[in-house]
Amino acid sequence: MSFYGVELSSRLLLGTARYPSPKILAEAIKTSGAEVVTVSLRREAGAERGGQSFWSFIRGLGVRVLPNTAGCHTVNEAVTTAHMARELFDTPWIKLEVIRDDETLQPDVFGLVEAARVLADDGFEVFPYTTEDLAVADRLIEAGCRVLMPWGAPIGSARGLNNLYGLRALRAHFPEVPLVVDAGLGVPSHASAAMELGYDAVLLNTAVAEAGDPVAMAKAFALAIEAGRLAFAARPLEPRDMAVPSTPVLGQAALGD
Amino acid sequence: MRILVNGDQHDVKLRTLALALEELGYRDKKIATAVNGRFVAAAQRPDTPLSDGDRVEVVAPMQGG
Repeated sequence: MSFYGVELSSRLLLGTARYPSPKILAEAIKTSGAEVVTVSLRREAGAERGGQSFWSFIRGLGVRVLPNTAGCHTVNEAVTTAHMARELFDTPWIKLEVIRDDETLQPDVFGLVEAARVLADDGFEVFPYTTEDLAVADRLIEAGCRVLMPWGAPIGSARGLNNLYGLRALRAHFPEVPLVVDAGLGVPSHASAAMELGYDAVLLNTAVAEAGDPVAMAKAFALAIEAGRLAFAARPLEPRDMAVPSTPVLGQAALGD
Repeated sequence: MRILVNGDQHDVKLRTLALALEELGYRDKKIATAVNGRFVAAAQRPDTPLSDGDRVEVVAPMQGG
């Protein structure tokens, strides 16, 4: 699997927020095998060192970072944040979020497409956090996105895949575009279901970070993602309405009256 | 000169972004900056003048999802 020409062996992208401690975060990343972690930006006062120590910590993990534009509500905010992230993290990758609604954290897909175009034209490699809408996906690709990240469900909601039909249709319409289910997953079976649909990867944060044992949950998600991918590649059986006997009936003894 | 830095008012004596940041304790820190909503690259900070009332944003790496 590759994103913008970067080959990756793990299909799990992990967020770095909300863990009980940096040590548990580091163990969760290591145990999950994730090679890409998401990071963000925040205001820092002159006397503070929080951002500086987090940066050293992340660099020490030896993973690739995918900065986000979390909290941005307008195209300008997202574009400025992306520029700051590119300089700070020294990467053209940006997880582009332009949020419209604070209750659902639903993407503003109009602003998203506009910001994606501005950033792609400026050399960014954009990972748009979007919905499963096919027309929006098409516009994002037109704008220069080479990866799409549709939501499973609202961020942090742990609801799983809200619109299986929509996600399946998106996969079918864009067979060549790397697709990542981003957000809304709660348990490993949700991730496995995404992979069984043929999605290329899964991006998680809260489901791992706020589990009772984040390190064990990171491992469980990694295994589920691997299982789901193997299942997809093995071409699963289509569901049927009626039973089909698994034991052969040919040659069955005639024992009736 | 009074400017807003991350939403708080600060009085600074020096009139470029680079010098103001130094005055405010950001020297050698891993930060990125914007003035009045526009990104200012590190290399441009010495040539970026500040005026009374400018809004400066200074951000650093943090955890994210």
